[in-house]
Amino acid sequence: MENILLNIKDLHIWYRVYGGYLKIINSVYLMVREGERVGLVGESGCGKTTVMKSIPQILPPGDFLIPKGEIYYKGKDILKMNFSEIQRLRSREIAMIFQDPTAALNPVFTIGTQIGDVIRYSAALEENVHQEKIKMLSIKALKEVSLPDPERMLVNYPFQLSGGMKQRVCIAMSTSSPRNLIIADEPGTSLDVTIQDQIMRLLNEIVKKRKTSLLLITHSLGVAKEMTDRIYIMYAGTIVETALTKDLFQNPVHPYTKGLLASVPRLSGGGIARGIPGRIPDYLNPPQGCRFQPRCEYATSSCTENPPQLIEVEKDHFVACYLTQR
Amino acid sequence: MLFDSEVNTMTQSENNEILKAINLKKYFRIGKDKKGPIFVRAVDGVNFSIKYGETLGLVGESGSGKSTIAYTIVGMYHPTSGQILFKDQNIGMEAVRRSLSLKKEIQIVFQDPGSSLNPRQTVEQILALPFRIHTQTPKKQLREKMVELLQKVELPPDFLYKSPLSISGGQKQLVAIARALASNPSLIVLDEPTSSLDVSVQAKIINKLMDLQKEMHLTYLFVTHDLSLMRNAASRIAIMYLGKICEIADATTFFEKPLHPYTQMLISSVPVITDEEKKLKPKKIVSIGEIGSPVNPPSGCSFHPRCPYRMPICSEADPEMIEVSPGHTVRCHLFSSQKKN
Repeated sequence: MENILLNIKDLHIWYRVYGGYLKIINSVYLMVREGERVGLVGESGCGKTTVMKSIPQILPPGDFLIPKGEIYYKGKDILKMNFSEIQRLRSREIAMIFQDPTAALNPVFTIGTQIGDVIRYSAALEENVHQEKIKMLSIKALKEVSLPDPERMLVNYPFQLSGGMKQRVCIAMSTSSPRNLIIADEPGTSLDVTIQDQIMRLLNEIVKKRKTSLLLITHSLGVAKEMTDRIYIMYAGTIVETALTKDLFQNPVHPYTKGLLASVPRLSGGGIARGIPGRIPDYLNPPQGCRFQPRCEYATSSCTENPPQLIEVEKDHFVACYLTQR
Repeated sequence: MLFDSEVNTMTQSENNEILKAINLKKYFRIGKDKKGPIFVRAVDGVNFSIKYGETLGLVGESGSGKSTIAYTIVGMYHPTSGQILFKDQNIGMEAVRRSLSLKKEIQIVFQDPGSSLNPRQTVEQILALPFRIHTQTPKKQLREKMVELLQKVELPPDFLYKSPLSISGGQKQLVAIARALASNPSLIVLDEPTSSLDVSVQAKIINKLMDLQKEMHLTYLFVTHDLSLMRNAASRIAIMYLGKICEIADATTFFEKPLHPYTQMLISSVPVITDEEKKLKPKKIVSIGEIGSPVNPPSGCSFHPRCPYRMPICSEADPEMIEVSPGHTVRCHLFSSQKKN
């Protein structure tokens, strides 16, 4: 398709540790179209943040290895870009919203300085932007995220704001200059449920209004359902299932997706399922074949031999499981 | 500050209540200014009771004082005023002044098993301590008892020799539960026991806790921020906001007929995955504003700045707890005016 914005193909990422390599990301395929809201859902330790960090190349330097794979952004491989191209990508194309707004904002600079920097560097390549214009744009961005009294907010330090307000500032930073892709890494997880609801509604409104693409990384299926058009389910560094959001919730195919869906406690009651036995594998020695196979109740001998490939079972619905191929 | 002489004057609670909090307050002093000392009103006049064998879910946002209540019950804090009656006996005192037989009865499971288990001890050492303090188990039987305990939480016996560092988060929490069970308590305070865990692991632990409750006739006070979890695990739910309880009801009526505007706001904010759940969400109310400061709470009803139904009286007077139907109490002026008419 021609309007693909981000396309990750067969990505592998290893971390160097004492005793070998942690083979965390194992053949990840992920695609974001223009104007599409995509969810990447997985439990902690499944590598979703590692995938996210590999897109603007902000993985901890020196400790990782990408043995294989391509990350195409607008048809160009990010892994083969030089430094200035990556800088341009970070300042003008991709915006990020992190999980913990307290850690994302610098405690010794005012909100105005920090938003101003984002605006300055995103526009610096084209024209000389004046201080006054930067201030005006900052106020506009803060207004858009419905923060009260944005002019006074510019001289405030992050510690003077609550968690929800800080996350609004982070969203304002990511939307202060035009971007094509917003990557949000669990933007509501560190906040209370009523504040999370506000933040998610705000992000959704902005993304829809501007037709920006969104890659939302989350562990909450409920958040993903309300926020996205298409979902990738990730387990232990592999994509196990992907489908349009409504199809995935109606017709989950992979045993892991089914187990995950059943484990979510429902507001309507009806008890809690037994969960999924076992734990995520040791990445130093990941299991042969399908990585979910040691926890899977349907596992057979073929599952332990070769990892299953993503196969299309319906239109836009891909599953990596031998069950669908028998 | 309570003295022992007040114990005799306490009110008699009904027999089916294991724990009762009467006008419980806990203030923390954080400094002083010209007007006098400044307090954080973490818990500000709370009344509730827990019946034998039930699970009371105490739900609230961060800063609402729910964990302070939990810590006051186990004796980590002593209340500023008010009483906590445990089996009709006042326990509103610090843990050091509590008798050993009382400490044995009330146990706690903390939120983060990574920091509540000593990483320099083995599971065996961790589990042996409550046995040594609370029971007269002979040394020879100690190991047998500990293996029995591990079996109760479905962990293999070889876990005795493992360090908390080498086991997963879910397994650590199971060890912490086993430690709480060692003294054979009657009340366990669960302070967000699964909020640091994944949903697939959470499901397993909650089921285990519910099985253990039936098997050992335990009573739980379940402190959490997760409403959908409480729908499935609690028999009654209390909602806290800025140190006060807004609404108490049993779990089914709570979700079918939420009365307090804050409860409605909470339920409407929960992300859900099925259409069935979506129907339960109150549609008229959306989340606005943020939780106020417990140092300087809003006047009158502490929720009024965020409330879509606020009336002039809300900023002036603090509403009373009103029983709207048996077992369903709510603290809101919307219902006090109804009662008068």
